[in-house]
Amino acid sequence: MLRFIAGKFVFMVISMFILITATFMLMNAIPGSPLQSEKATSEAVQKNLEAYYGLDKPLYVQYGTYLKNLAHGDMGISMKKKFQSVDKMIGQSFGPSLRLGIAAVITSVVVGCILGILAAMYHRRFIDNLAMIIAVIGLAIPSIVLAPVMQYFLATKLGWFEVAGLNGPMDYVLPTIALAAGPIAFIARLLRSTMIEILNADFIKTAKSKGLAGYVIVVKHALRNSLLPVVTYLGVLTAGIITGSVVVEKIFAIPGIGKHFVTSVIDRDYPLIMGITIFYAVILMVCRFLSDIAYVLVDPRMRAGGKVGK
Amino acid sequence: MKGSFKKPTQIMLVLVVALTMLLAACSNNNNKGTDTANNGGNSGDASGTPKEFRFTLASEPPSLDPALMKDAQSSIVASGLYEGLTRLNTEGQPENALAEDIKASEDGKTYTIKIRQDAKWSNGDPVTAHDFEYAWKRALNPETASEYAYMLFYLENGEKYNSGKGTADEVGVKATDDYTLEVKLYTPAPYFPSLLAHYTYLPVNEKTVEGDPAWASEQKSIVTNGPFLLKQWAHADKLVLEKNPDYYDKDKINFTKVTISLVEDENTVYQLFETDKIDWIGAQAGSVPTDQTQPLIKSGDATVTPVASTYYYLFNTQKKPFNNVKIRKAFSMAVDRQNLIDNVARANQTPAFALVPPSIAGADGKTFREMYPGDFFTENNDEAKKLLAEGLAEEGLTKLPEITLLYNTSEGHKKLAEAAVDMWRKNLGVEVKLANQEWGTFLETRKAGQFDIARAGWGADINHPINFTYDLIHPKSGNNDGKYNNPKVGELLDNSLVADTPAKSLDMMAQAEKIAIQDDMAVLPLYYYTTVTMIKPGFENVVSDYSGNIDWVNGDKK
Repeated sequence: MLRFIAGKFVFMVISMFILITATFMLMNAIPGSPLQSEKATSEAVQKNLEAYYGLDKPLYVQYGTYLKNLAHGDMGISMKKKFQSVDKMIGQSFGPSLRLGIAAVITSVVVGCILGILAAMYHRRFIDNLAMIIAVIGLAIPSIVLAPVMQYFLATKLGWFEVAGLNGPMDYVLPTIALAAGPIAFIARLLRSTMIEILNADFIKTAKSKGLAGYVIVVKHALRNSLLPVVTYLGVLTAGIITGSVVVEKIFAIPGIGKHFVTSVIDRDYPLIMGITIFYAVILMVCRFLSDIAYVLVDPRMRAGGKVGK
Repeated sequence: MKGSFKKPTQIMLVLVVALTMLLAACSNNNNKGTDTANNGGNSGDASGTPKEFRFTLASEPPSLDPALMKDAQSSIVASGLYEGLTRLNTEGQPENALAEDIKASEDGKTYTIKIRQDAKWSNGDPVTAHDFEYAWKRALNPETASEYAYMLFYLENGEKYNSGKGTADEVGVKATDDYTLEVKLYTPAPYFPSLLAHYTYLPVNEKTVEGDPAWASEQKSIVTNGPFLLKQWAHADKLVLEKNPDYYDKDKINFTKVTISLVEDENTVYQLFETDKIDWIGAQAGSVPTDQTQPLIKSGDATVTPVASTYYYLFNTQKKPFNNVKIRKAFSMAVDRQNLIDNVARANQTPAFALVPPSIAGADGKTFREMYPGDFFTENNDEAKKLLAEGLAEEGLTKLPEITLLYNTSEGHKKLAEAAVDMWRKNLGVEVKLANQEWGTFLETRKAGQFDIARAGWGADINHPINFTYDLIHPKSGNNDGKYNNPKVGELLDNSLVADTPAKSLDMMAQAEKIAIQDDMAVLPLYYYTTVTMIKPGFENVVSDYSGNIDWVNGDKK
């Protein structure tokens, strides 16, 4: 186990380095600069700006300086939002995204699992069909449609919720549904198909013939075995969801981290692009790492040197 | 398996309860946050009933440091937080603010400005002439790297200092005593009092600024001198302003609290207005969704106000075929502007046949366009076809080379470009390709002159035609991306800067504009912008100013 973790860790450090280098180079390769504006500025001002942000130096020097500062934990200051440090911007905007993300992940897992289990248990019956219809709808309607529709009917017309913002518990409901609809459907379908397979496996038949209650069979034997793919998916899902959604945050005016992903690139805000990429990578890697560990814990076969036999 | 039906429902119940508790836990934190904010918010109003005004901005002001501001968002917030020497009234005319008296010398090059003695900074310091001298020199200081420093190039040696060739002492601004400011301009600028209202001319508190470059990026450290104080700045979320009890003219200020939420999505902004969460939309403070504008204008719920901005297409005048004036004229005459406005732009814009928008001031209380009507050409398809054929012959071409219309990626620009291309196809029988680029790339491509026709829009920094003449058609202007080069226009514009009377100066600008459009068709003007605004009943004196920014400082609620 320790070797497994150490191996993963080394791999993470290497990927991170490659990622930082690639992002830095790509970012500088796209046309446009953080210092350009529609109105022409005098050459002198442009030079001063470049000198101020160190953009007048050759790229490898900029890269070296960046790595050096990063090693000291300094991600620099935004070039667009004057004098706001990147770590602070990320820190402040991560809070709302994280809270919303956790709510959405829990909702997706809970609702998704319930739908999946019900569908598998009542395979080819009404409940199965109903659950799968819900799942298909959830997958088919993107949040860019779902969010404004809910906003218009549930908030503006019926007045049950606030149109935008994140100031009370009720304000979480609409964005959470918008965020969770897709993952719910995905988890439900994933769980259903694995579970149908497992419910037909020999050991379940054994359990049934032993006279165990249906509920015990499903929860104790079938569910635990069916959860493997869900756990794998959960790592990626969590990383994606807690780092915010551009669309949902924009529509519900949530001061989250999602919009930085888009605006930092549009603004060519180099330090923010780097900061946000690194931050996302760390979250993604940690989540993957945790889900790898969870995988080992759930599936004993993984513990034996990673050989998966059927 | 039927027997197991009940139990999963129980699990479900437990999970739902757990989820609810978690949500409640999350929100508890949040409530605390807003409660403190509200408490802070209500403590300020000492006089009578609280009057709150709420609006949205699409993005956060990048900076509230006057030297670093360059956009509408900052300007809208700064107009409440700072007080300059003058302020523009709703007609766009300058009125004295911190200045008690502004005297120009005979030659119009020296201004002596007396400053009121009862104004205070939010840290208690008095506002003096030294604050202005310091602020202006700081904005010009090359190390400040202010992008709007050119607004101060009117000052003697301002440009020299900014380009690193001069010293601060040479700059033409000096506080001769605590409350007198002497300003030397390098050219007589009759509109200097208007310039003084611009945010680059706002004062800063030296003590605060020195040693803390980030002073204006947090609520805690910012020091201001305006009618409102910044009470809360939750980055990316909202700004809360409150009436400044120490403002020298506080009786004129009616709002006790102003809440500015940062909401990007225009549909959300509209829903917020519908559910009574905000009091205003429009004029850079949110915008009414395009598909809603027509019905709202018709029902009287929304108002259309002209904006001093022009939407136009740039011709690349240095490249075939648009180096030929007849071909440029043909393209310009073959566009049905009113049709574009009615069916595509849909906000009652005004068709443009010149560059300077109608809301820009001229002289003697008249607008520039009233003095010099801007009908430099008419739409005429037959004439356009004839000109196109002649132009092609002059260039020795049998048919038009492949040309592309470049615009920055946006649904609105796309629709307009498609409609224009369609009109050229129908009216001239030519094919024009469309290309779009993301904003940053677009700007670089356009600046590099790698286009045939490119979209452009231009707004005003000050209420004066110089914004649309000198900036856009002067051969040496950095904003003349079509590389239009007529030495005569350059000469007229240069002379307009040093003309002995304001009337002559305006006259020369008007001549230059006429040559550039009527004779040369340097660009293809499409329309003058408007802004569609909505306001909740009961509010007064909140307007869209001449440039199309919300002017809320003197607003009132009945």
